Amino acid sequence: MDVFLSALPALGDAWGLILQPVVLGYLVLGVIMGLCIGVFPGLGGIAGLSLLLPFMFGMDPILGLALMVGMVAVVPTSDTFASVLMGIPGSSASQATVLDGFPMAKRGQAARALSAAFASSLFGGLVGATFLTVFILIARPIVLEFRTPELLMITIFGLSMVGILAGRVAIKGLVAAGLGMLIGTIGEGASSGDLRMSTYDLPYLADGLKLVIVGLGIFAIPEIISLLRQDRAISAEPQIGGGWIEGIKDWYANIWLSVRCSIIGVIVGVIPGLGGSVVDWIAYGHAVQTTKDKSNFGKGEVRGIIGPESSNNAKEGGGLVPTLLFGIPGSGSMAIFIGAIALLGSGQIEVGPAMLKNNLDITYSIVWLLALANVVGTIICIFISGGIAKLTTIRFALLAPFLFMIISFAAFQSGQNLMDLVALLAIGLLGILMRRFDWSRPAFLIGFVLSNPAETYANQALQIASSRFRKSFGEGIDYLFSPIVIVLIIITVVSVVLGLRQAKNIMAEGDVKSGSKRAPFIFLIAITGYIAFAYFNAWMIPEYSRDRVFPMFVGGVCLIGCIALIIRMMMKPETDTIFADREMDGDDATATHGLWPTLAWFAGLLILTSLFGFIIALAVFLFSFLKIRAGMSTLYCAAYTACGLAFMCAMAWLLNRDFPPGLLQGYFDLPWPFT
Amino acid sequence: MSKFKATQRVTASFAATAAALIGFQAQADDHAIDLTGKTVEWVIPFSETGGSAKWANFYAPLLSEALPGQPTVVVKFMPGAGSTKGANYFQGQEYKDGTLIFGSSGSTQFPYLLGDPRVKYEYSDWNVVLASGTGGVAYLTPELAASMDGMDATPLQGTDFIYGSQGATRLDLVPLLAWEMLGLNVEPVFGIKGRGDGRLMFERGEANIDYQTSSSYLKGVTPLVEAGTAVPMMSWGALDDDGNIVRDPTFPDMPTFKEICEATPSCETSGDQWEAWKSFFIAGFPAQKMVFLPAGAPEAAIATYSEAFEKVKARADFAEISANNLGKYPQMTGAKAKGALKSGTDVPQSAKDFVVNWLQERYGVSIK
Repeated sequence: MDVFLSALPALGDAWGLILQPVVLGYLVLGVIMGLCIGVFPGLGGIAGLSLLLPFMFGMDPILGLALMVGMVAVVPTSDTFASVLMGIPGSSASQATVLDGFPMAKRGQAARALSAAFASSLFGGLVGATFLTVFILIARPIVLEFRTPELLMITIFGLSMVGILAGRVAIKGLVAAGLGMLIGTIGEGASSGDLRMSTYDLPYLADGLKLVIVGLGIFAIPEIISLLRQDRAISAEPQIGGGWIEGIKDWYANIWLSVRCSIIGVIVGVIPGLGGSVVDWIAYGHAVQTTKDKSNFGKGEVRGIIGPESSNNAKEGGGLVPTLLFGIPGSGSMAIFIGAIALLGSGQIEVGPAMLKNNLDITYSIVWLLALANVVGTIICIFISGGIAKLTTIRFALLAPFLFMIISFAAFQSGQNLMDLVALLAIGLLGILMRRFDWSRPAFLIGFVLSNPAETYANQALQIASSRFRKSFGEGIDYLFSPIVIVLIIITVVSVVLGLRQAKNIMAEGDVKSGSKRAPFIFLIAITGYIAFAYFNAWMIPEYSRDRVFPMFVGGVCLIGCIALIIRMMMKPETDTIFADREMDGDDATATHGLWPTLAWFAGLLILTSLFGFIIALAVFLFSFLKIRAGMSTLYCAAYTACGLAFMCAMAWLLNRDFPPGLLQGYFDLPWPFT
Repeated sequence: MSKFKATQRVTASFAATAAALIGFQAQADDHAIDLTGKTVEWVIPFSETGGSAKWANFYAPLLSEALPGQPTVVVKFMPGAGSTKGANYFQGQEYKDGTLIFGSSGSTQFPYLLGDPRVKYEYSDWNVVLASGTGGVAYLTPELAASMDGMDATPLQGTDFIYGSQGATRLDLVPLLAWEMLGLNVEPVFGIKGRGDGRLMFERGEANIDYQTSSSYLKGVTPLVEAGTAVPMMSWGALDDDGNIVRDPTFPDMPTFKEICEATPSCETSGDQWEAWKSFFIAGFPAQKMVFLPAGAPEAAIATYSEAFEKVKARADFAEISANNLGKYPQMTGAKAKGALKSGTDVPQSAKDFVVNWLQERYGVSIK
């Protein structure tokens, strides 16, 4: 109790610090900058904070904090625009929002989806801050209870969400998740540095694929290509239905879901080491499991937006606990945040174990600045969402070149390598085929995101446990099966059983008709081939290395799944759901343009970039796409191209980024931005 | 490379104020280069989130102010392949007008010393203008620390130690080899992302031995020591002007590894193993982070940058602000920086062979 009484004056001091006009001014400035950056997929808090860093040196601590916190807090809010309007997961915080947000936009309810998302974000942020105000005082011992086995169990719980997102054929979902995990193991192993599915001759792969690339490739590219083929607007309805007030009503009607998901968000955010990668999937799974009529999920169920969006802003608050109390960043942006705090003032704020004792007022200021930034950010977002939602009524052929430009730039930021674009195209092709043959893309993404933590925690927990077992059997068991682990195991088992029972009703990506046998079969064989090769590749790693175990285990399970699928394909007639193929019926089958010519446009941008560098390639691409594909007038094309290039250069200049160079740049020294 | 940078405006105003305050110093001597209106690009071969980023972000505005003509200094991050990507890039650059510098770290030095096949760079081609040192401290749980016999670590030899490690070929090589020399049975748990995660593992009671670099030790472990949940075992020490290992000035009350080793009968402070440890310690800590100009830089450019760093060090508030960001360690320029580079990269072949062999036998890590 004493702890709480002594905290009250600090809370008062914190509000005294925050409620100064100049502090609020800096906060609003940070929020606006954060919104502008967060709108672009792939440019999250890291890019924004790097932009602010040079200002931080010697700045008044509270002003610097207001600016930085304002920026970090709203990135998961503004991410929502890309997720809902274009089906692009802007960051790991908004992966799950895509599942129901984008279908709503396609139905012409973008404004409603957006405002429901923003209301949930706001609420989540506030719940998170309130919870933290009390929790941060007692957090330290609780956080320390989460050892490696507990972290592993939470990761497995996150993976169990594959169960409800697996689609109609559960084994297909499982193999999709396993394929995601195998793709996640590409590169140097964390344990002995052995290479999986890569060589040092291709250094790009040795570093592994980044989430931005995989997220854009698996979700954004297939959707963009599909819409482009149909040559219409995103929204099937000419009029935007469902205004922003309806979205807020939706949120209010589901307020308890929002409360529960906010708590989930803040608790998972508090645990260091997991960060945002699982939160939104757990919240989505929770939303599905607590909804009676599950038939609308994946087709535009508003609860599928409210759940993840409530959790992802709350998570930012929770993420402050490991950052401030332990000095351990929960995410990349938090790592920069810690670095920037040291530059503030004369460096008297020391993030880490002493933070609560020496800087409780600053700690509370950060917590409540975060909440306040959420309020400001959300109000701005709701205000503009009606206007931005109109984008969904524009003919897509005019929007697509712009989107290709943005996602290419975003992908390039992850590794600053031309290979980023090649990887994007390759993963994009995989995404297109998975979409076509109804393999669960959410399951794939969950597998990819959780592959790394699952492998690392499994290896570490086993290693530490075996050391404990050597001391005594009891000590080993105590370590592995703590009460928290047991509770998590029960929750996971229940969720998997319930999930599998319900999975057949949830078509996360809509209904898909079945057709001929050949195409789905070839795709399955190709996937099986990759998995078998990955298994063989891991098997080649020397036996004493831990880096071989995880890919071999996942690969082995997947191979069994593949064999089961192959057998089923041989036994069943071609009308069976296992032969789902989008080219047979529906939008894709009746599309105006073919798949390959459409994809070739994007490949063309890539090839031109590798020859002439990004800016020149972009100019050629924008102009010719609009002229030939969209059939616009020369004047229109020229104006569009000029605007696009100017926009791209301004972004890169502001964020201090370069563009991919091509062969040309190897021979000639060109001035920026042609470098 | 991009010439238009966001930070230009900031640094420009920064510089304007600075110039107004101290008066514009004419730097037109023929031994200096003028960088007025230029943008200096400082390549860091790591991501925005690591220790090198912190170090460069600390120095960048100060350097901008101290260079003649107050150019904008931007930090450019080029992560990949454990810093060899950025270093290889820098190796391919030639000196143009002094607007490109490179910041290396211990993690850049170790693959170079161990003959990693990805290394295409050669330190002796580059021109060092600053070398920043640091130190490290190993610590234990209170029970284990109490069982030590004064400075003699022999009683610890029967204990199973767990240590959260980033990888045996990284800076962790130094503590792992030191503990092995003391006869401790330390099992590294690989796969942690940073030393902070190692400390967390220690705090959770999963690891019972750990080490941190000095500034992280001061921030993260000192509160644990005060609370009685951690006890320092030893520092790695520091180098005196003659290249001897002496007590770390930041931790004068802590014995160095050398002292502990001398007090422990099974540990030798001579021979191949000791020489290998000492060489890699010197490469990893007293000369951990360095700033380079590319191959072919003229004397005037090297002198200009050396003077600029001298000027940064001469700031009245430098001791205070650097202690918070870098710890109390020598920031060496000129001949001293060259000396640090030499001792950090000029490792005897026998020491390299010893470590390569030891990594293979003890951890199964082969340097391909």
